[in-house]
Amino acid sequence: MKQEYIITIFSENNIGLLNRITINFTRRKINIESLTVSQSAISGISKFIIVVNETEERVKRLVAQLDKIVDVLKTFYHTSENMIFAEIAMYKISTELIYGNDELGEIVRNSGAQIDEITKDFIIIEKSGLKKETQDLFNKLNKFGVMQFVRSGRVAVTRDRIERLSEFLKTRDNELEKLN
Amino acid sequence: MLKNITGSKAVILSLLEEGVDTIFGYPGGAIIPIYDALYDFKEKVNHILARHEQGAIHAAEGYAKVTGKAGVCFATSGPGATNLITGIADAMMDSVPMVCITGQVASPSLGTDAFQESDVVGISMPVTKWNYQITNGDEIPGIIAKAFYIAQSGRPGPVLLDISKDAQTHILKEFEYKKCHQIRSYLPEHQINNKRIDDAVKLINEAKRPLLLVGQGVIISHAEKELKDFLEKTGIPAAWTLLGLSALPSDHPLNFGMLGMHGNYGPNILTNKTDLLIAVGMRFDDRVTGQVSSYAPQAKKIHLEIDPSEINKIIKVDVPILGDAKKSLSLLTEKVKPNKHTKWLEKFRQCDKTEYDTVISKDIHPEKGKITMGETVRIVSEKTHQEAIMVTDVGQQQMIAARYSKFNNSRSCVTSGGLGTMGYGIPAALGAQLAAPDRTVVAFIGDGGFQMTLQELGTIVEHKLPVKIILLNNDFLGMVRQWQELFFEKRYSFTELQNPDFVMISEGFGMKSSRVSKRENLESSIQKMIDYPGPYMLEVKVEQEEDVFPMVPSGACVSEIMLTKENKDLKN
Repeated sequence: MKQEYIITIFSENNIGLLNRITINFTRRKINIESLTVSQSAISGISKFIIVVNETEERVKRLVAQLDKIVDVLKTFYHTSENMIFAEIAMYKISTELIYGNDELGEIVRNSGAQIDEITKDFIIIEKSGLKKETQDLFNKLNKFGVMQFVRSGRVAVTRDRIERLSEFLKTRDNELEKLN
Repeated sequence: MLKNITGSKAVILSLLEEGVDTIFGYPGGAIIPIYDALYDFKEKVNHILARHEQGAIHAAEGYAKVTGKAGVCFATSGPGATNLITGIADAMMDSVPMVCITGQVASPSLGTDAFQESDVVGISMPVTKWNYQITNGDEIPGIIAKAFYIAQSGRPGPVLLDISKDAQTHILKEFEYKKCHQIRSYLPEHQINNKRIDDAVKLINEAKRPLLLVGQGVIISHAEKELKDFLEKTGIPAAWTLLGLSALPSDHPLNFGMLGMHGNYGPNILTNKTDLLIAVGMRFDDRVTGQVSSYAPQAKKIHLEIDPSEINKIIKVDVPILGDAKKSLSLLTEKVKPNKHTKWLEKFRQCDKTEYDTVISKDIHPEKGKITMGETVRIVSEKTHQEAIMVTDVGQQQMIAARYSKFNNSRSCVTSGGLGTMGYGIPAALGAQLAAPDRTVVAFIGDGGFQMTLQELGTIVEHKLPVKIILLNNDFLGMVRQWQELFFEKRYSFTELQNPDFVMISEGFGMKSSRVSKRENLESSIQKMIDYPGPYMLEVKVEQEEDVFPMVPSGACVSEIMLTKENKDLKN
């Protein structure tokens, strides 16, 4: 059964690695729903968070292929339940529209969004949360017209106490030592 | 420590540090500085100028398969580099260690559609184990060290380094070469899990009808002796994948032949009778398994494998043993109980007899009709006393050569397995001969594949490499024609070839050549070829519509193997 999986890849910070990672998805015709790359808590190591809708079987095999990439340290996969995650969305709305419309003002006030900038032409508001929440707000605002909308890729951390990679790095050092 | 040397010289010196003595390549604008540096090292490095980059890379593959060391290949930017891609993809599929070095336009021109610029790093990414673009000459020694380590360790594979022209002319203030032994993000091989060994031993000791599958991993990890010891102690019958050919001597009493689509009858049909499959360094290719859902569902499975991504990729296994096959096999041998499996082996012998009577005998000892591919292969194998290195192209001739050639020694089979690259044979034979100058190299090539890379006959002649090329000419793209005959109602759509005079072509390259079309002259023609001290091309005009049997039709179950086309379902 297909469901949402969050794939976390820890890697060296090298040029071209994103391409090497994504071709593994393309080749198997797996769509990337969301992708975020950032530094991890461990210096010099990048963290990719990729969301896919797939069967666990295919995700497992994909993860094994990703793990095989020379510059990849370790790949994990989780279901949404095992992670805390969020996305940020930004909405640009016409200022004129808000001033003349009580209902719209009400939606913005109750949305838990913050206002980033107000000019005489437009207002930019920002909201973080689950995709469903930011999408709901979009649907409500868009009845009146949203000039621009953008949602970030997913950021996520596991419910574990420390980055799982730290444990992995310790074992890896041992394994490499034994190998020589 | 050397001081103030060019990036190009650093390339050559680094290769020398890695023990490289043979390079296959083709120069061009963006790699001229490296070729210029090579000019001063002609005594130390044998550079083989191929006639096309595809020839260079397949030759490097042949060299790598025979030596076990990384094959090294040079090409220029743009078309030079893109011409390597087929060979790199081939090496990736067949786990061949390779280090390819391509020239690239100067770094300020990158991304401007400069003359002969192509995004080689991007293009080669899906078919390399690792690749890297060097634009800073100071990186050259470190990156080359890393390239060799990655290409040759763990599950081997091709690596490509793209070096910009300004990096080649850059002056390195200091040059010091340190071999690479470790990369934090890369674990080439896992420690063997002893619990898994115990689990496997238990299955092996309990098995009544086990079968061992020999893959190329046995050859790559130099585990031929460990394999033999294991088999002889346990009495387990073995069968091999195409790339596992020659890991176990052909005449070994526990060697029951090839697996898969055109493999032997016993190993295929009995796969679905075994109670235990022990797969060693193989990846359950679809040409081996046939229909996956009906592949040995009754059997427990043990998989000895170095690459974690191969575990449970196609076939779910009960006991995976990650690690080097040489080590795993010797641990198993130590712990398993001796056994004989006499009755079970008898089943294989019965199958062998059935196959011999219905297929093999008329293939290799035909009494009438035109010369067959099978008898040609048999005679070549006999006349070379099973000591030759056999190179093949792809297609019917490849399957027949794999079925009927016999081997005493490992690393004797050079063939394109996973990718099935036509045109592989002639250049790979060239590389194999350079890798083993004292061994006889025979190459079986079809008339289709011959015309894909025949320009390399010139390279063979130039270097006086005594390669023996046996052109099995049926004036057809034989394997496709066979499928059209069996599965497409004989609609021979574009498989008939209007061929040139192959003898004249070979002689035009300065290669001694002859043609044989009558059975009574076949043996003497082959003898003449083998006795000839230099390169030789023997064209054998064979039966036009000969089929390769047995055959497991694509997508069929291994036990649905056809012995003849008339008898599509001789099942037991």
